[in-house]
Amino acid sequence: MLAEFGYGILLVSFIVTLYSGFAAVIGVRNKSASLVESARRAQLLTFPLISIAAGTLIYLLVNNHFEVSFVYEVTSRSMPTYLKVTAWWGGQAGSMVFWAWLLAVFTSAVTIRKWERDIEFLPWVIVVSSVTLAFFLGMVVVFENPFTRYWSMNGSVVTSMFAPSSAATVFTPQDGQGLNPLLRHPGMVIHPPMLYLGFVSFVIPYAFAMAALITGRNDDRWIRITRRWALWAWLFLSLGLVLGGRWAYDVLGWGGYWGWDPVEIAAFMPWLTGTAFLHSVMIQEKRGMLKQWNMILIILTYALVIFGTFLTRSGVLSSVHAFANSPIGPWFMTFVFLTLIASIALVIKRWPDLRGETEMKSLLSREALFLLNNLLFLGVLVICFWGVIYPLISELFTGQKVTVGPPYYERATGPLFAGLLFLMAVAPLSAWGHSTLQTLGRAIWKSAAIAVAATVAIFFTYTQNVYALIGFFLVALVLSATTHEILRGAMARQKAQSENFFIALGRLMGRNRRRYGGYIIHISMALMAIGILGIEIFQVQTQGQLSAGESLDIGGYRVEYREVAQWDNVPQEVNYTRAVVGVYRGDKYLGELYPRKDMYFSGQPMSIPGQYSTLRDDLYVLLVDWEPISSTSATFKIYVNPLVNWLWIGAVTFLLGLAFAAWPDRDPADEPVRRKVHAGNRQTSAAD
Amino acid sequence: MQRNKFLIGGALILAAVVYLIASSTSASAEYFMTVDELNQEGASAVNKSVRLSGAVIGDTIQYDSANLMLTFEVAHVPGDNNEIEAEGGLAAVLHAAVIDPSRSRIKVAYEGVMPDLLRNEAQAIMTGKLGDDGVFHAEELLLKCPTKYEEAVPDQVTSN
Repeated sequence: MLAEFGYGILLVSFIVTLYSGFAAVIGVRNKSASLVESARRAQLLTFPLISIAAGTLIYLLVNNHFEVSFVYEVTSRSMPTYLKVTAWWGGQAGSMVFWAWLLAVFTSAVTIRKWERDIEFLPWVIVVSSVTLAFFLGMVVVFENPFTRYWSMNGSVVTSMFAPSSAATVFTPQDGQGLNPLLRHPGMVIHPPMLYLGFVSFVIPYAFAMAALITGRNDDRWIRITRRWALWAWLFLSLGLVLGGRWAYDVLGWGGYWGWDPVEIAAFMPWLTGTAFLHSVMIQEKRGMLKQWNMILIILTYALVIFGTFLTRSGVLSSVHAFANSPIGPWFMTFVFLTLIASIALVIKRWPDLRGETEMKSLLSREALFLLNNLLFLGVLVICFWGVIYPLISELFTGQKVTVGPPYYERATGPLFAGLLFLMAVAPLSAWGHSTLQTLGRAIWKSAAIAVAATVAIFFTYTQNVYALIGFFLVALVLSATTHEILRGAMARQKAQSENFFIALGRLMGRNRRRYGGYIIHISMALMAIGILGIEIFQVQTQGQLSAGESLDIGGYRVEYREVAQWDNVPQEVNYTRAVVGVYRGDKYLGELYPRKDMYFSGQPMSIPGQYSTLRDDLYVLLVDWEPISSTSATFKIYVNPLVNWLWIGAVTFLLGLAFAAWPDRDPADEPVRRKVHAGNRQTSAAD
Repeated sequence: MQRNKFLIGGALILAAVVYLIASSTSASAEYFMTVDELNQEGASAVNKSVRLSGAVIGDTIQYDSANLMLTFEVAHVPGDNNEIEAEGGLAAVLHAAVIDPSRSRIKVAYEGVMPDLLRNEAQAIMTGKLGDDGVFHAEELLLKCPTKYEEAVPDQVTSN
């Protein structure tokens, strides 16, 4: 009964969404305020509707309704309730409902708050959002229905939404398959929703961009309204990527955090265009340039968001993220293709109106360096995209499927990431409009001297590896130049306002939060780069079988095997095997580690490393095998991952910087719009 | 004049990206092959970087934990997704491949920790090279266990 109810609600949501889109188009075309209002109400109705459908699904999940195939696939009786709730996004059908629900929430938030103020855009925002929402709901209603049930008929079991014949009866399995234990880690519980939050938030700036194109309003209004959406989208997407990496490091037991897996890249690509977008909108706001470019970036981001959702949810690419092949693939591709064509057609139509208000003159000006940053990000994007689709292309043209692995990505993106680090140090020091090598040199020479000194010190004490030295030099340059820039500003303010230095620093940063949040993010990127350089270039590993009391030496550590124990945890349906090893550095005893191998009764094993973690390096011990009876010997694989903690420190700093920049203060669009200094630009504050 | 220097700059970056892609692609290309194709190519495939996909045959898994040497055999599965779908999905294809003794097989050697997901009827995706000994030496081993997500009908039901 509940299953039919949930499906019915989804169906109604689908129809309401379609109505909302059509009513908005016709209402705006015919200047019918009442029809537009009706569209808005229909849009607002999608949120409670999808919430009810989702609530029904959660109820079924929590109460072990295994006759529903989705419930059977992702939950089991032994799972705790909170995991049953989060199983909502543990499978394909549920996660599509989750996606749709988020979009309904966000669009409602937009239309409910500032309807009067943004009335010129909002009907079109509703149209764009409704098209997207209708697509997802359509997929759910037609192909990926989470409410499909099992029916037994003539001695066999079939899946169907409704009774396949009058003789069929609902079949309820005893217990579900349960969520893959690998996915029961807290990091994995919140990793997918974070990615989805990021994905879906980017739909809002895109919808406003399309609204701006359709209505012909070519100033930066849409950017100002959606600035915070874009920042939060970026925050969640970044958080999702970081959590995924941390999860891989803690649970997958291969000593790494990022494998250039196609599904990882699928989430990384919208991050790249989103990052470029966040930078280049500043140029439009400050200088009235790059309007066409910003449109292209947000369109690309949207297309990549849908493409990314599709990649993570289809079997086109071989990947560790094992999800089923499903009929939705071609539909996703068609949808991406059509929206891309429509958006590009709009941009072409408005192309002359989107010309920059001023021309870029100096190659070293701030705006030129921002453009360069954008090109580098797009370069990385093209490399990633090429790598992901290369198997398909090569098969099409040569008949043989050829793939490229992590070495391709590392090799090709490395120089571009180095270029980005360099720009991070230099660009904030260059002036708007015009800079020369001389002015830039004057601004950076002190920081450069510090970076050179640091690199020389690293050369003599740590490594002679050329790539590492280049990397460390760039990191040092970013850190010193950015810190210098922050301190310089604070000291200038201290002098001008005769304030205490720390008050001056606090006020300076507090009043230019986007700018200083950006600087914090730059610092965090440099910190993350330290961790990446460390693990990529200096990781060492060893492995071996040890009897009790024997030890292995690696990277200055000595790991001594003591014992292994094995026991069942019946409620959790898992068998633990836990080894005890002692860790020494030189003669100093550091403590015990407990690498574990968990064997779930379902047959799914899981390796939990024992980690001894310091700022200098991580000792990462995996229990590989053991003698079952005597437990006198066991086999270990041990990694030393130098500097990897800086990656996580950087990631936390990054999130803090981003939250600092994105935290709501006064509503940005209520601020008086900056008066433009360029002649002939009269589209300023009239409408605000 | 102003425009030109930006165009030249842009062209240089484009050229750099194209160069990076082209050189990195050729340096790290891996040929996606099925077991059938690899067996057919035989000696001519030796030392070519190959990405091989096959169904793990559980009985053949041997693991020397002291030396971390893992060997097992994989059976041929089609490389094409449509073909897999036509034969009833990945789980069914893997199952059919393992129980069919007439399928072409190849022996795989891998030095390292035995992955958690390695078991009967898992799909192994391996990167490595075919050795002169006819054994595929995998440097990287990824495993996919489709059953978790793809089983359309519960186990306990089909046996009834």
